[in-house]
Amino acid sequence: MLQPIAPLAVSAYTATSALGRGREAHRRAIETARTGLRPNDFSLAPLECWVGRVDGVEDAPLPTPLAVWECRNNRLAWLGMNQDGFLDAVHAARERYGATRVALLMGTSTASIGATEEAYRRLDPDGGFPEDMLRPPIHAPHSLAGFLAEALQLEGPCLTVSTACSSSAKVFASAERMIRLGLVDAALVGGVDTLCESVLFGFNALELVSRAPCRPFDRERSGISIGEAAGFALLERVEAAPDAPRLLGYGEASDAHHMSTPHPEGLGAELALRDALARAGLAPAQVDYINLHGTASLKNDEVEAALIARAFPPTTRASSTKGFTGHTLGAAGILEAVVALLSVEHGLVPGNLGGEDPDPACGPQFAWSNEARPVEVALSNSFGFGGNNACLAFARAERTA
Amino acid sequence: MSALTVYVDGAGLWSPHLADFAALRGALQGEAASPPPARPPATLLPAAERRRAPESVLLAVEVAGQAVAMSGREPASLPCVFASSHGDQPIMDYMCTVLASAPAELSPTRFHNSVHNAPAGYWTIATGCHAPSNAVCAQRASFGAGLLEAASLALADAQPVLLVCSDTAGAGPLTEVTASAAPFGCALVLSPQPGACTLGRLVLHLCPGSIADASGESAVPAEWIASSPSAVALPLLALLAQGAGRCRLMAAGSLGMDVHLEECA
Repeated sequence: MLQPIAPLAVSAYTATSALGRGREAHRRAIETARTGLRPNDFSLAPLECWVGRVDGVEDAPLPTPLAVWECRNNRLAWLGMNQDGFLDAVHAARERYGATRVALLMGTSTASIGATEEAYRRLDPDGGFPEDMLRPPIHAPHSLAGFLAEALQLEGPCLTVSTACSSSAKVFASAERMIRLGLVDAALVGGVDTLCESVLFGFNALELVSRAPCRPFDRERSGISIGEAAGFALLERVEAAPDAPRLLGYGEASDAHHMSTPHPEGLGAELALRDALARAGLAPAQVDYINLHGTASLKNDEVEAALIARAFPPTTRASSTKGFTGHTLGAAGILEAVVALLSVEHGLVPGNLGGEDPDPACGPQFAWSNEARPVEVALSNSFGFGGNNACLAFARAERTA
Repeated sequence: MSALTVYVDGAGLWSPHLADFAALRGALQGEAASPPPARPPATLLPAAERRRAPESVLLAVEVAGQAVAMSGREPASLPCVFASSHGDQPIMDYMCTVLASAPAELSPTRFHNSVHNAPAGYWTIATGCHAPSNAVCAQRASFGAGLLEAASLALADAQPVLLVCSDTAGAGPLTEVTASAAPFGCALVLSPQPGACTLGRLVLHLCPGSIADASGESAVPAEWIASSPSAVALPLLALLAQGAGRCRLMAAGSLGMDVHLEECA
C-alpha cells in the first residue's frame, strides 16, 4: 500500500551529548571507542548508577532576552543549537523561505520537568511556586519547542512530539508530511532531554537502571544508563541541497502490547522497519548499517536482536551506541539519527561498546568493534513506552541523485 | 498557502457539562443537559484496566471511543494523534511531590503512566491497534496543532485518522502554572474522503500571526472554553453540531488557522 516518498535533504545536522559538543566530538569518541558515561553525580539523593551527563550546562546560561525560558533543558537546547554552524543554517533557511514556511518539530520525553521538580522542592510557605519559578511556559511539555520558536523567530507550524523514547525520531515523519503537502518548505527537527529526578528515580522504580555502565546486547547486561542530549537536523527538498545526505524514509507503528515492555516478538518494531523500507524503496540487503535502539534492558535487546537476525543478511552491520552516550530518552531518536548520518559521511560503523559476551540472540550482523566500510544506507531504530516504534532511513546523496 | 481538506466522520466529547457530542448539540438548542458523572466510563478499556487507569487515560479513551463508534470505523485500523497541553496533571503533581521528599518511594506504575503518550498507549493496547500512534502538544495551541498534524497524516497517507485532545484538571501547586480548571476531552475521526457517516467537510487554512481573540464569537459559553487548554476545540465542535460555519484556532504560538466547516450533501 505504501508508496516510496521523495527523499529529503538533511542540509545540516548536529548533536551534543556526553561525548561532547558537535559532530566532530562524536566522531572522535566513536573512532577511539571512548564512552561518555560516568558515575552518577547528578541526583540529589544518592542513586548508584552511571549517567551520560553533558559537561558545562550549568555554566551556559541563556542569553538575557531569553531568560524567561531558563532551565537545564533549554540551556542544553541552546548549547546544542550553537554547534556546527547549525544556528546559521536555521537563520539562512528562515531568510530563504520566510519565518512561516519553516516548521519547528521537536521531540522530548520530559522537556523541562526538572524545573517543575525544583519548584516543588522550593515551595513558598503558602504552598505555591516560588516567585522565580512562576514562568508557566517552562512547566509545560511544549517548553522546548516554545523556547526555540522564540529564540529562532520561527512562525510556522510548531509541534512537540512526546512519545517517550521514540519522540525525536517521529518528528522526521511529521516534517516529511508537512513538506510533501506544501505546508512548509523546510523543517527544523530534533529533540532534547536532560537528566532530571523524574527519569532517574522513575526508571529506577521500574528496576530498569543498571548499577554499572550499560552493556547493550551483552549476555550479562543489567539495564540502562540514562543520558542527556540535544540534536537537530534541517530538512529541505533535495533541490535545495543536492549534495547533502538524504532522509529516504521512515516507519511508525504501535505494539498494542504493554505500557513499559516491548512486544515479545517485536511486532511493532518490525512493522515500523518494514514501513521505513517501503517508503524508502529499499530491500533489507541494501541496508549497510543499523543504529539499534539497544537500551541494554533485558527484554528490548532480546527482541531487537531477534528482529535483526531474521530480517537482514550478515552483510548488514548493526550496533547500539547507548554504551557511548547512555539512553537519552526523548533525544535518543535524533542523537542516533546523527550517529547514523555520521556513519554515512565517514564510512564508520560504530562498534557496540559495552557488549563483550554477545547475547545468543545476536546474529552475525552485529559489529562488536568499529568497522571502516562504505555506508550508503543507514537505519536508526527508536522504541518508546506505550509500545511506540519508529525507524528512520538515511542515505548518501549520490545514491539517489 | 495550501489548504488542507478533510472530512469529519465522528466526534466525541467529555466535560463537566457535556457527556458527549449529542449533549453539546442539545445544549446549543437550549436543552438543559444533566451533567455527566465525574469519571468517564471509557468502556473500551478492559474492566481491570478501567479500574486502574489514571484520569488522563479514562478521559482520552472515552472521547476516542465515542468518535470512533460514530464513524463506524474499526479502531484497530486507525492511526491516531493524541494531543494534550499538559498531560496527566495529578500524576505530575504526585511525582514532583514525592521527588521533593522521598524520591526512592516513587511508584513505578505512576511513572510509566506519566509519559505523555500514556493515553495513546492504553488506547492502542485496548483496541489492538498496530497503526502509528502519536502524542503531541503545543501549549495553548495543542488542539489546533494536533488537528494540523492529524489532517496532514490523513492526507499524506490517504487514510482516516483519529484525533484526540484532552487535558485533566490541574492538581496541587502545579495548578498555578497550568491554568486548567476542569477536565476536557474531545475527539474527531478525520478522513481524506467523504463517507456514509460524514458530518461535514473541514477546510484548514494556515494564516500567519497570532489570533488571541479567536473564540469570541462562538455559541458556546466563554467560561466553558476558558476552563481547559483543550476546550479551545469547543467552537469547532459547536460548528459541527450546528452543521456549518467558520472559526479560527491557533495552530502554533504565532500561527493561526482558519477553519471552514461545510455541509456535505
